[in-house]
Amino acid sequence: MALNRDFIGRAYSSPTPYEVSRLKIKEFAAAIGDANPIYRDTEAAKAAGHPDVVAPPTFPIVFALAGAGEGLNDPEFGLDWAMVVHGEQRFTYDRPIYAGDQLLCTSTISEIRSVGRNEFVTVRGDVTTLDGEPVCTSFNVIVERGGAK
Amino acid sequence: MGATVKWDEVEQGQQLPPAEYHVERVNLVMYAGASGDFNPIHWNERFAKSVGLPDVIAHGMYTMAQGGRYVTDWAGDPAAVVDYGVRFSSMVVVPDDEAGATISVSGLIEEKLPDKRVIVVLTARSGDARVLSKARAVVQLA
Repeated sequence: MALNRDFIGRAYSSPTPYEVSRLKIKEFAAAIGDANPIYRDTEAAKAAGHPDVVAPPTFPIVFALAGAGEGLNDPEFGLDWAMVVHGEQRFTYDRPIYAGDQLLCTSTISEIRSVGRNEFVTVRGDVTTLDGEPVCTSFNVIVERGGAK
Repeated sequence: MGATVKWDEVEQGQQLPPAEYHVERVNLVMYAGASGDFNPIHWNERFAKSVGLPDVIAHGMYTMAQGGRYVTDWAGDPAAVVDYGVRFSSMVVVPDDEAGATISVSGLIEEKLPDKRVIVVLTARSGDARVLSKARAVVQLA
């Protein structure tokens, strides 16, 4: 069944701010096998000119879809998660993410297109501080295999 | 703060040194926990095969993270990456043995941009498969 095009343009906000912790950054860096001290040692990060430990470039995936789940999981949308694969991912960064940041994410279902038998859904995530300062933008393309038939 | 590589010292078309990243099942279990993505295709062989996959496969984001690591190691500062995007073009299959899988990454300076930025295009392979396509990072150099 094709996905419900009425959802294009709908926006969802993360229910609570995401608080970036040193421990989570350290855990994420360990999981991707990156031994860079700037991810786990505050003194090393400060020596490199940063206010605190820095998050790796792909770290925002941890929270960037938190709000979008409300829309993507809506039965009216028609998405079969068992058939979903990650198609594309892009991040643009306005500034680095640091431990101690409190971040909000607004996710918008920005595009749905059919390619062959598959449905491609683009979810844009605008990540800001509590004051509205832009931090990064996530573009997530998920593919529902066979969804367009 | 900032990249250690100088914009003046790189050239368009320049190849960056290749790197290899080893991945075993335990790495995917760690990544599942760290990222919150517990899809069983990334840790449960029985489930993966039941949905038609050859074996457990790595999270696409795990592979993207290795490309990110490649770029930040080269640039000398994670904060130097201002834009990073990939398309997931093939799976990284991770068998349940110590050999695991290997992700081989190489990079090329595709273009020198104004304001001391460059576009680095990445190639990532595992076995015979090209696992990332359209993989590009914009990096702020010194």
